[in-house]
Amino acid sequence: MITSLLTICYLIGSITFILGLKMLGHPDTAKKGNLIAAGGMAIAIFGTIFLYRENGSSLHNYGWIFSALIVGSIVGTLAAKKVQMTAMPEMVSLFNGMGGACAMLISVLEWSHLHETAIVTEAIGDLPKLYIQSEQINHLQILIIVLAMVIGAVSFSGSMIAWGKLAGRVKDFTFKGQQYVNLLLLIVLVAYIAYFSYVTPSSVSDIPLNSVAVDETLINAVFTNFHSYLFYGIIALALVYGVMFVFPIGGADMPVVISLLNSFTGVAAACGGFLYDNPVMLTGGILVGAAGTLLTILMCKAMNRSLINVLLGAFGGSASASATAQTGGAYKEITLTDSAVLMTYAKKVMIVPGYGLAVAQAQHVCHEIEELLQEKGVEVKYAIHPVAGRMPGHMNVLLAEADVSYDKLLEMEQANEEFRTTDVVLILGANDVVNPAAKTDPASPIYGMPILEVELAKHVIVNKRSMKPGYAGIENGLFFEPKTSMLFGDAKGVLQKLVSEIKEL
Amino acid sequence: MENFLDWISENVEMVYIVVLSIFLGVEVIGRVPSVLHTPLMSGANAIHGVVIIGAIIVLGRVDPSNYTALIIGFLAVVLGTLNVVGGFVVTDRMLSMFRKKKKA
Repeated sequence: MITSLLTICYLIGSITFILGLKMLGHPDTAKKGNLIAAGGMAIAIFGTIFLYRENGSSLHNYGWIFSALIVGSIVGTLAAKKVQMTAMPEMVSLFNGMGGACAMLISVLEWSHLHETAIVTEAIGDLPKLYIQSEQINHLQILIIVLAMVIGAVSFSGSMIAWGKLAGRVKDFTFKGQQYVNLLLLIVLVAYIAYFSYVTPSSVSDIPLNSVAVDETLINAVFTNFHSYLFYGIIALALVYGVMFVFPIGGADMPVVISLLNSFTGVAAACGGFLYDNPVMLTGGILVGAAGTLLTILMCKAMNRSLINVLLGAFGGSASASATAQTGGAYKEITLTDSAVLMTYAKKVMIVPGYGLAVAQAQHVCHEIEELLQEKGVEVKYAIHPVAGRMPGHMNVLLAEADVSYDKLLEMEQANEEFRTTDVVLILGANDVVNPAAKTDPASPIYGMPILEVELAKHVIVNKRSMKPGYAGIENGLFFEPKTSMLFGDAKGVLQKLVSEIKEL
Repeated sequence: MENFLDWISENVEMVYIVVLSIFLGVEVIGRVPSVLHTPLMSGANAIHGVVIIGAIIVLGRVDPSNYTALIIGFLAVVLGTLNVVGGFVVTDRMLSMFRKKKKA
């Protein structure tokens, strides 16, 4: 009865995950979908705590379990509520790392649990008979434990580096031949895992069956200390690999990496599902693993790059960028007053937000400008490139925070149709996503990436902090076009001044 | 090899779940507007926090006198809870912004 109740709990959990994920895909239902998935998770968690039975006995250590749940909930809620909207990608990365670490620790405990339950004695007459509980321990079981641990560990250390990079705490770090070192590491890791799950546990025939009692020596015959050293060696190697894996990848590619690590953690959770015959872990994990992988590929596509290319860090580094950098030319600056006049007397203004808007926290003042212009009869819209900012949808979240209405945000295809009839394009800290080299220069590393065709508009005002190239390290020919004017300064400061200029007109 | 085949046929239900979930995951994401990619990633992030169930099982059956294991298990549950609770709260925060502006 109790076990059937738990099965129902897991069934509800699985269904809510699927439903939740589906509803998250539509703006109207997204919030409800999230809550539904959260509710299902709660049912699955509390079901496990109270209804889980192993060999007829329930779980214990309730004090520990509940205090851990309370500590985690308080810290998690506070962290999630306090974080700035601009720091969202870091936060997701951090939480993802926690999940990975959790999977890793489960495997560590499961490994020592195996030691305790591995050997069973049964007295037949005078002779104690020893045998390994076969359904508990076989090579596949070991492989799954190790896989969950390795994937969790890579996800954990990788996410920490990704978090550090986005928060500006970790610098890009590359050296020559790094790709080969990483490849070698990966091969060693895979070979190590294969070897380990092949030799563990030692086969039953190795155990002297005339041994007197189950003691350390006997356990060691199955899981020799040698194996334990190997086991902890794998953790170390996996952690190092996670770090090395993310290190060479450029900061602009972090969303792709986070999304990939996200799906890794999903797979690690699914391994746990196999381990405990737990359908809800399996569905949840695999669902996220598959969805995360697809999301990763979609993000790469939006940047017209292959996943391999991103992972090898080919364009995060500076090597390829210098090849295409055409040195400058003349650009012209525009004053605040002129910009204000230009925009106020335009019919249609299109704002192109980028990462510069996010770092400067300029979304609110941006909305203020939008409203001001609208009062003066100017049509204002936003053109959102799918990879603007640090994550797909990052800009939408930011602008939504500032109360910008949903229908003012144009996706790339729509925006490109409207640029032709646009008088002024205001670019706020975006660079690579408006670089015409992606269309015109086959030698450019971003060649072929779909971009916002801002050069179709009558005027382009570019707000940047300096002439420094964007994250991809590529010179942007747009800045030297005759119809482009540069408006230097921090996005927030510039927009605030623009507000007062427009008000005075 | 034989072991492997045996294992597959013994766990065939699990294998079914895996295969169908992969298709489901791909299908569900495939039609999502890029606007929602960040909340979606965040929501998916919270969902894989289901790994916490493994942590609870593992902590729940640790021998109460084995403090090393208790502490590791405790940590695992804390980390898992962070993933679940933090993930869902962050997603909710992102999404309430979308909601708010709709009314306005």
